Amino acid sequence: MKDKFIPALIAGVATLILAFPLLGLNLVSDGLGLGIEGADTQTMIYIVLASLAVFIFQLFKENALNIAKNIPLPRRAYKPDAVVSQAQRDKNEKLFTFIIVAIALVWPFFASRGNVDLATLVLIYVMLGLGLNIVVGLAGLLDLGYVAFYAVGAYSYALLHQYFGLSFWVCLPLAGLMAASFGFVLGFPVLRLRGDYLAIVTLGFGEIIRILLNNWTHLTGGPNGIGSIPKPALFGLEFGRKAKEEGNIAFHEYFNIAYNSSYKVIFLYLLALLLVLFTIFVIRRLMRMPVGRAWEALREDEIACRSLGLNRTIIKLSAFTIGASFAGFAGAFFSAKQGFISPESFTFIESAIILAIVVLGGMGSQLGIILAAIAMTVLPELAREFQEYRMLMFGLMMVLMMIWRPQGLLPMKRRHMELTNA
Amino acid sequence: MLETSLYFIQQLLNGLTIGSTYALIAIGYTMVYGIIGMINFAHGEIYMIGMYISFVAISGLTMLGVEYLPLILFITLLISVFISSTYGWAVERVAYRPVRGGNRLIALISAIGMSIFLQNYVRIAQGSRDIAMPSLIQGGWSMGPLDGFQATLSYMQVVIFIVTFITMTGLTFFIAKSRMGRACRAVSEDMKMAGLLGINTNRIISLTFVIGAALAAVAGLLLGLYYGVTNPYIGFIAGLKAFTAAVLGGIGSIPGAMLGGLVLGVTESMTSAYFSSEYKDVVSFGLLILILLFRPTGLLGKPEVEKI
Amino acid sequence: MPKSLPTESLLKVRDLSMRFGGLLAVDGVALDVNEREIVSVIGPNGAGKTTVFNCISGFYTPTGGDIIYKGQSIHGLADFKISRLGMVRTFQHVRLFSQMTVIENLLVAQHRHVNTNLLAGLFKTPSYRQKEQESIDRAIYWLKKVNLLEFANREAGNLAYGQQRRLEIARCMVTEPGLLMLDEPAAGLNPKETNELDALIVSLKEDYNVSILLIEHDMGLVMGISDRIVVINQGRPLATGTPNEIRDNPDVIKAYLGEV
Repeated sequence: MKDKFIPALIAGVATLILAFPLLGLNLVSDGLGLGIEGADTQTMIYIVLASLAVFIFQLFKENALNIAKNIPLPRRAYKPDAVVSQAQRDKNEKLFTFIIVAIALVWPFFASRGNVDLATLVLIYVMLGLGLNIVVGLAGLLDLGYVAFYAVGAYSYALLHQYFGLSFWVCLPLAGLMAASFGFVLGFPVLRLRGDYLAIVTLGFGEIIRILLNNWTHLTGGPNGIGSIPKPALFGLEFGRKAKEEGNIAFHEYFNIAYNSSYKVIFLYLLALLLVLFTIFVIRRLMRMPVGRAWEALREDEIACRSLGLNRTIIKLSAFTIGASFAGFAGAFFSAKQGFISPESFTFIESAIILAIVVLGGMGSQLGIILAAIAMTVLPELAREFQEYRMLMFGLMMVLMMIWRPQGLLPMKRRHMELTNA
Repeated sequence: MLETSLYFIQQLLNGLTIGSTYALIAIGYTMVYGIIGMINFAHGEIYMIGMYISFVAISGLTMLGVEYLPLILFITLLISVFISSTYGWAVERVAYRPVRGGNRLIALISAIGMSIFLQNYVRIAQGSRDIAMPSLIQGGWSMGPLDGFQATLSYMQVVIFIVTFITMTGLTFFIAKSRMGRACRAVSEDMKMAGLLGINTNRIISLTFVIGAALAAVAGLLLGLYYGVTNPYIGFIAGLKAFTAAVLGGIGSIPGAMLGGLVLGVTESMTSAYFSSEYKDVVSFGLLILILLFRPTGLLGKPEVEKI
Repeated sequence: MPKSLPTESLLKVRDLSMRFGGLLAVDGVALDVNEREIVSVIGPNGAGKTTVFNCISGFYTPTGGDIIYKGQSIHGLADFKISRLGMVRTFQHVRLFSQMTVIENLLVAQHRHVNTNLLAGLFKTPSYRQKEQESIDRAIYWLKKVNLLEFANREAGNLAYGQQRRLEIARCMVTEPGLLMLDEPAAGLNPKETNELDALIVSLKEDYNVSILLIEHDMGLVMGISDRIVVINQGRPLATGTPNEIRDNPDVIKAYLGEV
């Protein structure tokens, strides 16, 4: 106890030193100059309490950690090796997926408009998370500028529509293609770099794209963004009150029913669901293809890969490019859903949130990512009164997760191919 | 002709001023990288915090009635360095030590979390608006015709040069001559071996973060006085710039960080002057990418041999 | 490409040197490996054997000398390209993809033999399926050969050390190499496993027409299977010859035992 007292005291005093000058003394402008005033008594009490809490925590850290360790958590969704075969796992998963998809399809017709809208946002993040997971989780490349590709996708649709009048359905593949080409052009030179250099360069690239969008005013509208981006139509049926494009008919007129704005919301949700299912399908295939194997092999041991004749640049580039293309799809859908985009939506924080989804979900696990995307999007909505503290908690959570469970909340056993009849 | 060269000289002076503060921040990156091989992502926030604390200290001292400017600056420097160093120490304790030795990506993500946390902590504590402070050191020497363009070397710039020079010299001597400095070099060569020889590696790593934070606080004070304005978001870009400077000079090398900072500062000020100030960040990051491509070891860095 | 003359050796290294800063780690090393031949490189610890390997396999770009494989100079060629020419290596410290299964390790190694066309894979075209099946068959063949078939679905990192060594060799063999480079394959093996390794290496040469370049400290193994031996000491070539010649060479004895 005694040998813990001094370090605990130091930690407590340090907390006081850290907190007091910034929380306890507030800078205020007084006319020409700058002055300070003490914070209210409540804040002061909080500072003292926080310091005491740190002191006491440090004193009893061992006991506290023991309790934390005993909190039961899903360590592995499946039992270790050979108890459940891969074939059986696949079967279980198929059934599970089927049920989930069925619920997801029916649910919006019974839910409130606001909830369906929120669910659509969740699906966008699921797509982004799955796409980034290819780069970070499978190929092991830390990309901190993923939002740049999201922005490229969003602006591709907005600009192609504005300048050439192209429809959403034409722009969707084009947006993916544009994002992929940006990924390719950036990736080609930088993928030779070591991991943390790559992280910083991608971060810098994300900033470059944002600065360009902000300043290239005559093309992108600068900080004012681009507005009145049309929603997608369903085989020429539009979901607005009146059809805007020539040759299109409004959905409710075609079916001769009363206009209801929730049709549009539900349609967007279903469209997002379709895109997510498509993403999941493609990525699962990729993981079992030679290129997917090569990504994982490269993450495991780059030198061994090179000794076996694998061209690491091409393989990393494929992960980077394919990952970027999914951000492009998500971006195009985002701008269609919002109807308005500006550089504000594509800051570094957005990249950090997507990264947090991948990490929280347990890098590499698709189900984990879906759950993490739900958690990251829905929790802040539920805790609206704490909006002010949202990013603070987010940063803290990232640190604590890395210390406590770096493998994520739901680390899945790797999917592997299985030799059955040998 | 005279006017263009005076204009050029002015840009050069401005660039060197900014560059020398980049160098101060860059040293924090380079030292931490040299010792534990990780990017201290939260370092930019420490610089921002240093600037806030300087503002608080200057305002506080003025309100207490201290009027002698050098005394205000000196006490502010001590307070800001002390508190920022505590922040540096705490960042290492909370975000780095528990995840050290694991996957590098995990440490980097934890540091990103720390950076977001600190930024929002300051935002909540001090508000998200710009905070302006009247400039304390005014005036300077001008040269050039009275009726034309004059190049000015302000007293503030001189202060920045002198303080940076003294700090750098002090650091170089500390690393080269002192016992702790020798231990630092030993740990950066081979941490395991240094540990076996009885060097307390944990303490050296803490020390590295503390020194880095102290230099960032000096930069925070100097740039706070120079620009006279701050907000909670300045740390992110400044950190990215300083990291660029560290890579430019060769990460792990202290003279490299100094050179890198100066080169970057001058590049930026020239871009703003002759091209466009909106795109100066684009040019710096472009420079970073180019350097990493063609000379990944930076200007003064040593090449690494891949261990197979 | 004209067929190389039978007199021409498969791998020819001349005057190889490698400098790290002020240190000349390899200086003037020469060696030849002919078709269907086992050549061993031996020398005291720190003699520069692995550095020679790293130069030949392209992980280091040698500072001087020529490396000619099948009549083609490969100096400065990227490591993965050298591997594609048919020179494949193992590592002193086993380098498996430890979180992947045994069979997946062998499939990754055949990356450039399979159909990597993305669309073909997404739609599982017949030609894609056929290629995949072929590579699985080849993997199974080599797993049988090295006695690892029953562990095919096991994570490679969970294998016993000797099994990992064999898997690493199998992983090289599925690439169908012309020259196999083994860096201390017997290190850490027990005598029984060493004997099996001995038989495996000889079989690779006899049955599969593979030439082998070997770094090894186990003198029993080296003397038993080598056609020729190259001795390196302090980065410089010391002697070359048949096992019997090397055994009696006074310089070699001196290098190993010091002045007696």
